Amino acid sequence: MGMEMTNREKLVLIGNGVAGMNTIEQIMKLDPDKYEITVIGKEPHPNYNRIQLSYLLEGSKTFDEMILNDYSWYERNGVTLCAGIAAERIDLASKFVHMSDGTTVSYDRLLIATGSKPFMLPIPGIDKEGIVGFRDVQDCERMKAAASTCRKAAVIGGGLLGLEAAKGLLKLGMEVTVVHLFSDLMERQLDTTASTMLRAELEGQGLRFLMNKKTVEISGDERVKSLRFEDGTELETDFLVMAAGIVPDTALARECGLETARGIIVNDYMQTSDTHVYAVGECNQHRGVSYGLVAPLFEQGSVLAKHLCGVPTEPYQGSVVSTKLKISGVDVFSAGEFQDAPGLDVIRTQDNWSKTYKKVLLRDNRIVGCVLFGDVHDSAQLFKWVKAEEAMTREIHEQLTGSAHIEGADPLAFVTAMPADEIVCGCNGVTKGMIVQAITDQGLSTVDEIKACTGASRSCGGCKPMVEQILALTLGDRYEGSKNAVETLCGCTTHSREDVIAAIRDKRLTHVREVMNVLEWHNPEGCTKCRPAINYYIGMVWPEVFEDEKDSRFVNERLHANIQKDGTYSVVPRMYGGVTTPEQLRKIADVADKYEVKMVKVTGGQRLDLLGVKKEDLPHVWEELGMPSGYAYAKAIRTVKTCVGSTFCRFGTQDSISMGILLEKKFERLWMPAKFKMAVNGCPRNCAEAEIKDFGIIGNDGGWEIYVGGNGGVKLRAADLLCKVKTDEELIELAGAFIQFYRETGKYGERTSDWIERIGLQAIIQEIVDNLERRKELVERIEQALQGLHDPWKEVVEQEGLQHQLYETLQVK
Amino acid sequence: MEIVKIENQVSYHSVGNVEDFPLHLGKVVHIEGGPEIAVFRVAERTLYALENRTGHKKGGPLAEGLVSGEYVYCPLRDCKISLLTGEVQLPDTGRVSVYPLRLDGDVVLVGERAANEASEG
Ligand SMILES: Cc1cc2nc3c(=O)[nH]c(=O)nc-3n(C[C@H](O)[C@H](O)[C@H](O)COP(=O)(O)OP(=O)(O)OC[C@H]3O[C@@H](n4cnc5c(N)ncnc54)[C@H](O)[C@@H]3O)c2cc1C
Ligand code: SF4
Ligand code: FES
Repeated sequence: MGMEMTNREKLVLIGNGVAGMNTIEQIMKLDPDKYEITVIGKEPHPNYNRIQLSYLLEGSKTFDEMILNDYSWYERNGVTLCAGIAAERIDLASKFVHMSDGTTVSYDRLLIATGSKPFMLPIPGIDKEGIVGFRDVQDCERMKAAASTCRKAAVIGGGLLGLEAAKGLLKLGMEVTVVHLFSDLMERQLDTTASTMLRAELEGQGLRFLMNKKTVEISGDERVKSLRFEDGTELETDFLVMAAGIVPDTALARECGLETARGIIVNDYMQTSDTHVYAVGECNQHRGVSYGLVAPLFEQGSVLAKHLCGVPTEPYQGSVVSTKLKISGVDVFSAGEFQDAPGLDVIRTQDNWSKTYKKVLLRDNRIVGCVLFGDVHDSAQLFKWVKAEEAMTREIHEQLTGSAHIEGADPLAFVTAMPADEIVCGCNGVTKGMIVQAITDQGLSTVDEIKACTGASRSCGGCKPMVEQILALTLGDRYEGSKNAVETLCGCTTHSREDVIAAIRDKRLTHVREVMNVLEWHNPEGCTKCRPAINYYIGMVWPEVFEDEKDSRFVNERLHANIQKDGTYSVVPRMYGGVTTPEQLRKIADVADKYEVKMVKVTGGQRLDLLGVKKEDLPHVWEELGMPSGYAYAKAIRTVKTCVGSTFCRFGTQDSISMGILLEKKFERLWMPAKFKMAVNGCPRNCAEAEIKDFGIIGNDGGWEIYVGGNGGVKLRAADLLCKVKTDEELIELAGAFIQFYRETGKYGERTSDWIERIGLQAIIQEIVDNLERRKELVERIEQALQGLHDPWKEVVEQEGLQHQLYETLQVK
Repeated sequence: MEIVKIENQVSYHSVGNVEDFPLHLGKVVHIEGGPEIAVFRVAERTLYALENRTGHKKGGPLAEGLVSGEYVYCPLRDCKISLLTGEVQLPDTGRVSVYPLRLDGDVVLVGERAANEASEG
């Protein structure tokens, strides 16, 4: 870092959150040497993306993935961070901030960005245990802890935050009831129609709702036990999340005498009533408005940063906001005005079959708001029109009411007109200018590359259509178009998956490096996206000569164990059909003791998982277990879950266990585009959950029903009925044909649930059910691929060379 | 710790033979009393040594990452790290310590102090 410059002004930021740190980042870009910067942050973390707390809660993102500026960022930029320390008092006269650790820091300019706090209802019992807001990492951790000890949760507030909290808790296995004061969910963003559709969708996902309920008391001893409502009814609960709104955190500002109302009052340059003090983000109030979303904060930060660096800027004039709910399976969008009202004209299309709804509101023939449900493809375009208050024309009207997509005479007109410093990705504060620059400087040609390079579209994804349009605009003729554009394997090449497979086939390529060389990869060494994919495609096309390339495998598939976050591994031995023996269990117990395994866990697929094994111990653990690998780490058959079936169950009509074991033994070890799960049930009671498996089987009196493409993971999808068969032979044949068809046509990493939606159930039925010839060919090819597969654990145990190369650590004295 | 060689004021330890290191992969080396190091062999006789954790606070064991030319991808977070400088590539940020590495015949020598530490004033 450069020498300390004596003439640098001192800038102090209170609040290490999204708005404040974005302003600092912008300042660093404009004039990195202007200020000596100190950041005071109450949370013991570097700056993270608060909106992703919803993902942290439901477990689809780790905290590390949410960090925006890690500790080394502060270090590299010479910004002093006091993390875990609160500002306690501001002294405007002598320009000092007093901190909770007893120290003080002086400033020339002070920036307050303290955000907001959850609004806690002022009712009796609000101070009991088991009540949290939803604002920071700590709240998230409390919710997760509650989910593992309590069963019932209530969420007060049916707005964006409340619904995301509720969905997260539901995902963590709680029984969740959302209590809402009004008759419509998200009543500040949605009209009654959209809100009703939203509620139906969420009820379908398993949430419960109590509408029109005003909570007046919380009872229980130390801990919350029940809620009492104004109408005298009650709701029992073990845990309560308050999401009834947020309040700008103005305490510091009010105490030191700055002018405040709901928020800290600022002018168009974010300046407070003291000219040396600024406020940005949710804590401020600009022209009467305090915002509760990130996009306006970036716009404020951009004006403020320029102002602080002496760069000429337009004043900030307020923002039009849009809302998108981050719950999978629910697409809602709203912007601007959304309620029917006198003086507004409304264009409305509602389709109860496809569950979509589109409403556009006009005032004096200008577009002032919209609500979308179910299909939000047009959101970016509509949002632009709302912001610009675009006049309604015949063309726009035709586009809106005609086909599902808006394809104007010049769809790019609005991105063309957009100023370079306008924010495109509200979640990550990426402007049009930054995207254009990345495209031209780095030669980018896909949205994915833009995402990797700038961060745009990597959070909620709402801005993706607009990023795509900017790409089209910037590339001009070189742009390939989103729908007819070939999807390339990854950023290292312009070739598609189809090209790659054709080349492997036609030119008989059998090594990953050979493929990258022949197809002239512009990143000659490839990346984590293309190399494992090519390796898989080679094995799929040339099973008989394929030699697995370990250096093109992810760690799990290279080492045949799952890496854990602490660098240890987990070991899941095969237990065919979920059936084990006392002898196996004894052996597992002995191994677990001997190698000090940290936990033995029964998995969702009816296997035992030994967690916390050291890498060096893996070969010994396998040797002593003497069981084959369960492939719990691999893109391959994971498990075949079975119910007890006719062997024991009084309802059983088919021997589900034997069928499960047979299928598992037949298809194990085969590499697939993605992991593959199966289930076999003895009767339609479906105890082994066929509907959420890639290949699920339900037995009945006359044979078997086959369900395909189910998924119980992040994106829940119920399986589709493929066909019914009468004999075991036919079932096995269809399983083989289905798996092989998926292996040949699936993209690497694509689960069957996405694959089916891409190529269509009918196409699959045609190929493997109706066309007996094709079915036979597929079965022949899978039989060939199945030959010569070996248990990888045994291979390692038997080959000292492999152990030495891959598992041993070198010890140096 | 036994020091094998001193060069430019950096002391080097012998950590093994070139053949001990698998091609295009990383391997963990524990130096007693020192940090855990990941040695990557990207070509027959081209090797790099980095601290065995990604730049990130809870970063993963770098040695298990996928090696692509002069870069390695973090096995847990997929960020891309330069084997030459330890610099984490955009859009992620951070830096991993790099250790000097020499070949003496077929013997691999790793220097004690990170080469990219304290180099900025
Ligand atoms: C779960 C969740 C989901 C969300 N989803 C979305 C979404 O999808 N889209 C969207 O646009 N917005 C969303 N938001 C809102 C968005 O996160 C906020 O608008 C944004 O974070 C506000 O930024 P800020 O910097 O003003 O406040 P914050 O990010 O809250 O930062 C304020 C920081 O100041 C610190 N602080 C407060 N007082 C002191 C003190 N005295 N001393 C030191 N530090 C102090 C706080 O601890 C905090 O770290 C969501 C919010 C939550 C909680
Ligand atoms: S699915 Fe049917 S046969 Fe199998 S255990 Fe359940 S009830 Fe019994
Ligand atoms: S606006 Fe959410 S990811 Fe870009």
